[in-house]
Amino acid sequence: MSAGNVVAALRAHARWRWWEFALLAALLVSWVALPGHALLLNEIAILALFAVSLDLILGYAGVVSLGHAAFFGIGSYAAALFAKLVMPDPLVGMAVAVAIAAALGAMCSVLILRGTDLTRLMVTLGVASILYELANKLDWLTGGADGLQGVVMGPLLGQFEFDLSGRTAYAYTLVVLIVCLLIARKLVHSPFGYSLQALRDNRLRAGSIGLSVNLRLVAVYTVAAAMAGAAGALLAQTSGFSSLDVFEFHRSAEVLLVLVIGGTGYLYGGIFGAIVFKLLHDLISAWTPQYWNFWLGLFLVVLVLVGREKLLRPRTWFGAKKP
Amino acid sequence: MLTLLFDGIAYGMLLFVLAVGLAVTLGLMNFINLAHGAFAMAGGYITVMLMNRLGVPFLLCLPLAFVGTALLGALLEPTLYRRMYGKPHLDQVLFSIGLVFMAVAGVDYLVGSTQQNIQLPEWLKGRFDIAWIGMGKYRSFIIVVCGVLTVALQWVLAKTRFGSQLRASVDDPRVAGGLGLNVNRIFLLTFAMGSGLAGLGGALGAEVLGLDPGFPLKFMIYFLIVVSVGGTTTLTGPLLAALLLGIADVAGKYYVPKLGAFIVYTLMIVILLIRPQGLFARAGGGK
Repeated sequence: MSAGNVVAALRAHARWRWWEFALLAALLVSWVALPGHALLLNEIAILALFAVSLDLILGYAGVVSLGHAAFFGIGSYAAALFAKLVMPDPLVGMAVAVAIAAALGAMCSVLILRGTDLTRLMVTLGVASILYELANKLDWLTGGADGLQGVVMGPLLGQFEFDLSGRTAYAYTLVVLIVCLLIARKLVHSPFGYSLQALRDNRLRAGSIGLSVNLRLVAVYTVAAAMAGAAGALLAQTSGFSSLDVFEFHRSAEVLLVLVIGGTGYLYGGIFGAIVFKLLHDLISAWTPQYWNFWLGLFLVVLVLVGREKLLRPRTWFGAKKP
Repeated sequence: MLTLLFDGIAYGMLLFVLAVGLAVTLGLMNFINLAHGAFAMAGGYITVMLMNRLGVPFLLCLPLAFVGTALLGALLEPTLYRRMYGKPHLDQVLFSIGLVFMAVAGVDYLVGSTQQNIQLPEWLKGRFDIAWIGMGKYRSFIIVVCGVLTVALQWVLAKTRFGSQLRASVDDPRVAGGLGLNVNRIFLLTFAMGSGLAGLGGALGAEVLGLDPGFPLKFMIYFLIVVSVGGTTTLTGPLLAALLLGIADVAGKYYVPKLGAFIVYTLMIVILLIRPQGLFARAGGGK
């Protein structure tokens, strides 16, 4: 394959597909078409953004994290505290929350460079646990176990109030989600994105052809942390509340599941996963509210036993070969 | 001061017995089993049920908890766990988180979400003072039982035929199989033993650690700390790590209650940052 062919092949990979346009259009249409469900849609969009941020490190860089909620939580608390103590403008708050989450991500990324999968699991889990403890103990600042109350959000751009129906909130979340998606898409189709996939598949080999593995991991981890922080900030800003459960293990596990349902490593998995997950959640919770976790667990076990790649490729269900 | 040290040691020994099974699955089979706490919880609940509903004496409950959870492990290993050994770590993590969620909700459904209490026999209550060190009787009991178990385990691994078969299967399952060892059966037995020990630890610890359906999630990180900090190549590594963790946790909660579990997590991250393979890992060991 000559150099020209390689460039052409990479370009073809990065081309916009029709279904990507369809998906973005569907997201925009949902705001107009389903005004009564704006609150649920808002939750789905936040979860989707959170899952997309995890996809960057799990699907592209191959880092298994059990503590991604750390960045979601820090974004959430940062946005809520900023609105309460400094100024109520949501956009400035968002910028601050993203910056803080990114800074934390950059600091924590040093921790995931060494060791085995187990070490990384433990370290990510540990960071989330430390933040949970901090938020719990610093109750003069965060409200401790009662959550941070009394957050009043200013109107968006100075004129759109966050109302009870959640339509403003959903529009806001949607815009942030799409902006982040576009950034992530640009990123993974750049040479940087391809080098991430190279080091996911074989870190040693990627290093020996001259990629600076560690710098790339730090960069992608920081970006992913910033996006997770944005998702957390959205949650705090649109609900006007932040509580300890943003740091909980449950949230990290949930986002992992969402991503796995949707499929890793192609960027849109988080969105599909979030839609399926939230709808399932609503369905099963209505049927048996207390034991929803049981069905979630069963689903996970079956999913892994059957093979999670198969779920995404209906063609392989009936014995056809994997593409 | 010395009482704190004593409590810390008791806590650490307990953690070791709880986590040693996990060290085995992680070290031997390179399998990340987050559901280990669920076995410990099973042991705790077996004890509580037997004591409170059937009136079985406490000392008899302990071996029953061991046997019960070992059987559970022996049932789950060939049906579910064995298929997971070769899979990527992400799959193993998802699978075992799924099991934890099922166990938590299942126990909640069957027994209820309230905290369960164990009525200790009279001779284990109270404390005695030797040279101004107050030692709880129950905690001394834990130390003795766990100490005996540790020595026994070490002996089994180092001296018996089964121990050498196990070590051979760990080092290279294919060659061990080629030499005529039934590797699957050895792993099955080992997994059952590990689960049984977790169950026993859960039964012993129900009084100290508390027992409710959230148990596997609450202590998952502790077990993982013991194993990842201690390394998985020896038994002494996890033992020392468990003691360190136990003492640090008890002392930390006593002297600086404001910081809570903070100290333990920070300590773990720092240790893992400096020695990613664990404190006591063999050079070049680990996978």
